[in-house]
Amino acid sequence: MRFIYLCSASMQAAGAGVPYRPARFLATLAGDSTSIFAPQATSAHTIFGLSLLVLAITTAIFLAVGGLLLYAIIRFRQRPNDTGEPRQIYGSNQIEVLWTVIPVLILVVLFLATMRVISETEHAHKPADALDVVVLGHQYWWEYRYPKLGIVTANELHIPVSDLRSSHPTYMTMSSVDTDHSFWVPRLAGKMDLIPNKTNVMWMDPQAAGLYLGQCAQYCGTEHAMMLIRVYVDTPEKFAQWVKEQQKPAVDDPKVAAGKEVFLRTACVNCHTVNGTAAQGRFGPDLTHFASRETLASGIVPNNVENLRKWIADPDSMKPGSLMPKMNLTSHELDQVTAYMASLR
Amino acid sequence: MTTQAEALRATADEWRLPDKGKVGMACLIVAESAIFIIFVIAYLYYLGKSLSGPTPAQVLSVPVFGTICLLSSSITVHFAVTTLEKNKTALSNLWLALTVLLGGIFMVSTAMEWHELIYEHGLTIQTNLFGTTYYSLVGLHASHVLVGLILLSAVLVFGLAGKLDHHHARRLDVLSYYWHFVDAVWIVVFTVVYVLGR
Amino acid sequence: MNSNGTAVMESNQAPKKLWLDHVQEWLTTVDHKRIGLMYIGYALVFLIIAGLEAVLMRIQLAVPDNHFISPQVFNRMFTMHGTTMVFFVGMPILFGFGNYLVPLMIGARDMAFPRLNAFSFWISAFGGLLLYFSFLGGSGLYGAGSAPDVGWFAYAPLTSKIFSQGHSTDYWTLSIMLSGIGSVGTALNLIVTVITMRCKGMTMARIPLLCWLYVVTSWLTFLALGPLTAAQIMLCLDRFAGSHFFDVQAGGSAVLWMHFFWIFGHPEVYVLVLPAFAFANEIIPVFSRKPIFGYAAMVGASVLIGFISLGVWAHHMFTVGLGPAGNAFFTLSTMIVSVPTGIKIFNWMATMWGGKIRFATPMIFSLGFLFQFLIAGLTGVMLSVAPFDWQLGNSYFVVAHFHFVLVGAILYMIFAAFYYWYPKMFGRMLSETLGKWHFWLFTIGFHVTFDTMHIPGLLGMPRRVYTYPVDRGWGTLNMIETIGVVFQAVALLIFVWNMIDSYRKGKEAGPDPWDAWTLEWATSSPPPHYNFAVDPVVHSRRPLWDLKHPEQPDTHFE
Repeated sequence: MRFIYLCSASMQAAGAGVPYRPARFLATLAGDSTSIFAPQATSAHTIFGLSLLVLAITTAIFLAVGGLLLYAIIRFRQRPNDTGEPRQIYGSNQIEVLWTVIPVLILVVLFLATMRVISETEHAHKPADALDVVVLGHQYWWEYRYPKLGIVTANELHIPVSDLRSSHPTYMTMSSVDTDHSFWVPRLAGKMDLIPNKTNVMWMDPQAAGLYLGQCAQYCGTEHAMMLIRVYVDTPEKFAQWVKEQQKPAVDDPKVAAGKEVFLRTACVNCHTVNGTAAQGRFGPDLTHFASRETLASGIVPNNVENLRKWIADPDSMKPGSLMPKMNLTSHELDQVTAYMASLR
Repeated sequence: MTTQAEALRATADEWRLPDKGKVGMACLIVAESAIFIIFVIAYLYYLGKSLSGPTPAQVLSVPVFGTICLLSSSITVHFAVTTLEKNKTALSNLWLALTVLLGGIFMVSTAMEWHELIYEHGLTIQTNLFGTTYYSLVGLHASHVLVGLILLSAVLVFGLAGKLDHHHARRLDVLSYYWHFVDAVWIVVFTVVYVLGR
Repeated sequence: MNSNGTAVMESNQAPKKLWLDHVQEWLTTVDHKRIGLMYIGYALVFLIIAGLEAVLMRIQLAVPDNHFISPQVFNRMFTMHGTTMVFFVGMPILFGFGNYLVPLMIGARDMAFPRLNAFSFWISAFGGLLLYFSFLGGSGLYGAGSAPDVGWFAYAPLTSKIFSQGHSTDYWTLSIMLSGIGSVGTALNLIVTVITMRCKGMTMARIPLLCWLYVVTSWLTFLALGPLTAAQIMLCLDRFAGSHFFDVQAGGSAVLWMHFFWIFGHPEVYVLVLPAFAFANEIIPVFSRKPIFGYAAMVGASVLIGFISLGVWAHHMFTVGLGPAGNAFFTLSTMIVSVPTGIKIFNWMATMWGGKIRFATPMIFSLGFLFQFLIAGLTGVMLSVAPFDWQLGNSYFVVAHFHFVLVGAILYMIFAAFYYWYPKMFGRMLSETLGKWHFWLFTIGFHVTFDTMHIPGLLGMPRRVYTYPVDRGWGTLNMIETIGVVFQAVALLIFVWNMIDSYRKGKEAGPDPWDAWTLEWATSSPPPHYNFAVDPVVHSRRPLWDLKHPEQPDTHFE
């Protein structure tokens, strides 16, 4: 047991700090964006450590068995003038026992190491000051609710950074309102499915601030491929600032009153919420602080005026099969409502 | 050489293999059981999980008479086989007819039960999870009873037309295995739905 | 001409058959050999079609943000590709070989229930046609629908009427249900045939290992297809009768569908792989010139695999939230099933050890199988580690793993089986030269595509995505994977050409071109309708070895 613990502990250290060459090479192939070999949170680290053990064992088995196979092919090939049959051998009970017992022993080691990681991850003690986020999967966007902070947002998840001295894990309670989805940000944790009528829990404690990418990993319909995830890991100060901004009511800029009026009288309000207005729809993302997000349509394009206008005019042109219909607005109305949306910081 | 040939012939004479029909029916029973087990699992899983509507305890009444009829029909079909083996065709026809009758009574009793459930208690397959799992499980069983009744009736028709004798006993035996299977499934369904489920 | 001026037929000339007579013969045949060939031919046609679906997907994925096909079409492609390959290529081709070979190998005249055999083929064939009819007929009332697009495992509630409008999902459900009836029928036939129609002297301990493996496969078929049929009946009831099996609004469970589907789905992949093992058990000994090492152990391992594979299904559900106990149990059971599987690999190697290996085309495909199945099994062990699966489940790592099994192992053994038994079926040898071109081109393409495919999975690429963003860094890898497809496609064309060309011009095979040892080689090539003029009598596992080597027959040793 101690041996296994030491193995995976040293693998963890290797992952956290010391560059482990082949894995890091693979990570650099992707610019570190979504590689499981560039972990930045405890859960991803423990899985990384276990995966190195697994890779080591399976590589060793491959080299041994593959090597023997190659040797057999070469050594026992029929030579040109050699007719006649070789000695007929029917079997050997001792050998059968040998190559049953050895694999079993190897698997025992592997299983025990696996048990430890399952236990560590799924039985982790939840600290009292953990951040609670409710994640709801939709076709094809992510709803994030912070119940204790009174915040509802979409598609861009902001969580505080943890480090070894002060851990601030985020506990996510997850479900879906329609089909099955799966939340996967490889550098932070393994994936967890979002299933309607079922609640799953996972936690993340990212150790470095920054932006972490992921996407939906369970086929959920036409635009499954475009249900991208952006996790912004903020320093404690930045996170507190973000929370304050999000808790404010919607910006009500008189310069874009015309756009606000277009928004309120069109069908937009059936699906979207803007706090402090009559728009309280729940089918689509909450737009109260829409302009504070860097991307739109669940991470697929930057959130600028040009993309926004195009999206409102015809969502299918950017995400065919998304569930937001064309609003059939005039060009003038489009400009107005775009300006209003862009004001909702 | 002669002793070798004799030895060969000796082994050849003792070469007996199981009956095709029985092994085939056993395989069919295994495959059908796999389907039934899944419906039973769904029934048990969804017990108590309906969000609305009538519960089993409120609307189910134990179909004692139908069950007795169905289970007795296993006995009658067994006698149909044994009498046919002894070439007592008239008696065999009688036992067969009794089997079909008892099976038919079971189907009628199920139909009456469903009529009451639908029209008096308002329980359909759409009502709630209980309705869904109940009608599908009992209905799947009833459809298997129906197929069995059709086959048994066909044999009865042949029997009444005087076309059966002891050569056909083996095939009737295979059919009777199917019928015993249908009865065994009913014991499981009965226990799950009317005993455990209420 | 006789004196009346009417033509007189020569007494030794049979009347010429019209092509309609040929068609009628094949449509109404109950001969296991012809039914076997129909299964195989049917599967080859669908192999090409499903292969084209894969080509379309790979072109779409070759570069990021591609618009070669729309997301709707792509989603139909991966659904149809998976469904076709499993149900209308894999199952028919493997049951086709079983149909052809099993009665011959046990010295029987035909299968136990020849009419059931024909029925099973035709209902499966109809299922395949029904599935493809969906391209035309799936529109339904809303003009929605076409071919199914819910993935080959059709998770609920995506398959409910709300999320899948039109009839595309119904085509999926019904066509597979029909194919399932055919599979159960054939499995029933196989088991009854092996148990009740063996020739004299052939105890169960003397049947060829291929027959043992088909018995285990058939056993698994019964236990696997039942749950699938049940789940599909439930889905149909939900979609048509308004029931609530998987209706989450009424308290139904999406996870229940997953359990039922994978209780089918995992044994199903063993149903696909065990016949591949069956072929290896016949081919590797003949081309190593030694009997299979450890016949009893191989039987035991196969039976064990049959049982254990029924208990591993939720390793497809590690990310669903089974809880630590569930995750641990299925990790353990999945690891355990790798033990008898490994034993088989070791036994094959031991068969070759000390032998005189001949590198004919069946054998080189078998060697490819051994290496690739080893890798596939090892990536499977990796995935059995639940936390590793939390990262890599539903990613391209899994897609690479199962293509290593399905293509690298199973398809390779199917190729080997073709090259080995084509001479028996058609009386002609396939070209060895073309066979080697087929092997090398396909192997290069296979490794270029599927070795590479593991990497995007490790780098975070999920499956079933019709495209991916530029900034993920997956573009180059996907392009490499697409390039590999070209080699595989060319190799397949060479293979098809080989079969067509050799039918007329191949070297005549004779009854036993490979100097093999089981009963199918004791009759002519192709065998007559009745298989054997005189019922064989056997005394060991290798009756022809005993005849060819009377100084050291098998009967002296086992």
